[in-house]
Amino acid sequence: MSKIGIVRRFLGRLITLYVPLAFFIFFFLAPFYWMFITSLKENKELYNLQASRLWVSAPTLRHYQELFTETAFLVWIKNSFLVALIVTAFSLVIGIMAAYALSRLRFKGGTAVGAGVFITYLVPPTLLFIPLASVVHRLGLYDSWWALVVTYPTFMVPFCVWLLTGYFRSIPPDMEECAMIDGCSRFQAIWRITVPLAIPGLVSAGIFAFTMSWNEFIYGLTFLQSSSQRTVPVAVPTEFVLGDAFFWGPMMAAALLGSVPIAIAYAFFARYYVEGMTSGAIKG
Amino acid sequence: MNVARTDAATNEEKGARDTQESRFAWLEREGPLGYALTAPTVLILLLLIAYPFGLALWLSMTNKLVGQPGTFVGLKNFIFLLDDQVFRQTVGNTLIYTSAAVFFKVVLGVALALVLKQSFRGNFLVRGLLLLPWIVPASLSTLAWLWVFDSLHGVLNWALVGLNIVKVPVNWLGDPTLAKIATIVVNVWRGTPFFGIAFLAGLQSISEELFDAAKVDGANAWHSFWKVTLPLLQPVLVVVTIFSIVQTLADFQIVYVLTRGGPVNATHLFGTLAFQTAFQTGRMGLGAATSLFVFPALAILVIFELRRLREAI
Repeated sequence: MSKIGIVRRFLGRLITLYVPLAFFIFFFLAPFYWMFITSLKENKELYNLQASRLWVSAPTLRHYQELFTETAFLVWIKNSFLVALIVTAFSLVIGIMAAYALSRLRFKGGTAVGAGVFITYLVPPTLLFIPLASVVHRLGLYDSWWALVVTYPTFMVPFCVWLLTGYFRSIPPDMEECAMIDGCSRFQAIWRITVPLAIPGLVSAGIFAFTMSWNEFIYGLTFLQSSSQRTVPVAVPTEFVLGDAFFWGPMMAAALLGSVPIAIAYAFFARYYVEGMTSGAIKG
Repeated sequence: MNVARTDAATNEEKGARDTQESRFAWLEREGPLGYALTAPTVLILLLLIAYPFGLALWLSMTNKLVGQPGTFVGLKNFIFLLDDQVFRQTVGNTLIYTSAAVFFKVVLGVALALVLKQSFRGNFLVRGLLLLPWIVPASLSTLAWLWVFDSLHGVLNWALVGLNIVKVPVNWLGDPTLAKIATIVVNVWRGTPFFGIAFLAGLQSISEELFDAAKVDGANAWHSFWKVTLPLLQPVLVVVTIFSIVQTLADFQIVYVLTRGGPVNATHLFGTLAFQTAFQTGRMGLGAATSLFVFPALAILVIFELRRLREAI
């Protein structure tokens, strides 16, 4: 290749790859960086108008320490975990059952159930939070994190059923049928053949369901009032504000710590989710 | 003797298993099993979605206040809303917010997909990192943006003043227009990674041969983008866009955390206005009516999607 060719190739890469890539990396990640250095700054430096905003001159873990000793951060984390674990387990079990039926069995009304699941998957929480608040009150669950355990299945069950139905469809039914011809009962065939094959799908559905629960905001904001019952996404934006004063240091530390576990889990599994999300479109 | 006893035991066990099997034999048939397995899901759909939806319709036609029973008022709430200044403003805000945010998410999403499709070192890592805005809790990441936009200590004003782009710090969230822009920027920031990854999956399903064929026929990159890439990407593009329209229209967290709908209602969406009406001023009936305005968009999406699904089957 001639010298000019190399230069032209490099310029091409610069315009189509490096410049846009740099823009995306900056735009997407800068707020996290800002969050991170804020959480490490001493208050003196944080509110010093002369100090650099892009760097931290005297990093300290004081805000993190404050978080664990002076706020109920660990309680919020615990609430978030409990809600997410219970609802995820519940939704997965219900989801496996329904998804198996919808993907394998022919029965009257099956298509209608499938359509119902799909429609409810599209319903945004904004549409239902007011009547659900009234339901939560009637059940006597207002201001208890159990209110979230009862209401999160509204979006998590449709999600799990829908994702797993797609996954079960991708597993050929032949092996299961062979096992049944060889004398397995249907349940044995499901348990020994189909479920093991579906484990990757179950793992990703589980992780995404967990994340949906962990990230949920509007129901938590509406149904919970006490600090002791709140989940991380609801507590952090509300508990570090006193009138007009924001406690940015501990707030950014909490926002970061509340995001990290989800980020790590998700980064590895996002591929599956997107495949599920778009496979219908690509096939169709 | 030992052997005999073992035989008897296994026979007994077998007998027990047989009766158990026959008791559950009906579950081996497809119809009943189908009903049994989908029953919990159907129950949840009815109790937790259909019932609350009915309740929303009922509430929207009452004058219920928090903690008090309401009486039926017919369509009064809707008539009130259609004439209400703040509600009308909210409709306008929602239209601007949704159309601007979805437009930029589509454009940037396509760009992101085209960038990520190229091979370069660290591609896999970059994909993971760029997903961050979309996966972390929105209420927490929006706090970082609230802090970015802070007029006194925020990094944005610091940079703009430092680079001499503006003379005095800008009051980002205090000015109606700037606040609108700020909420849209955060929504685009949060949504673009998802668009990018979904479009990338779409791009990767397009056969390389088509691009090669276009090249042989003398198409440059620009032509092959418009004539090959975009048309083949269209199915994914349409699904993701429509899905996002409903999600954006029904957004809540970003606006709630960033501006609470202010300044002077300039950034309210249906969700935030409904929340304020129902729980801050206590008018549950009116709040329910407000949130129901998300429904028409949802209905259009559902009809469209169901038709597409039927065609696919």
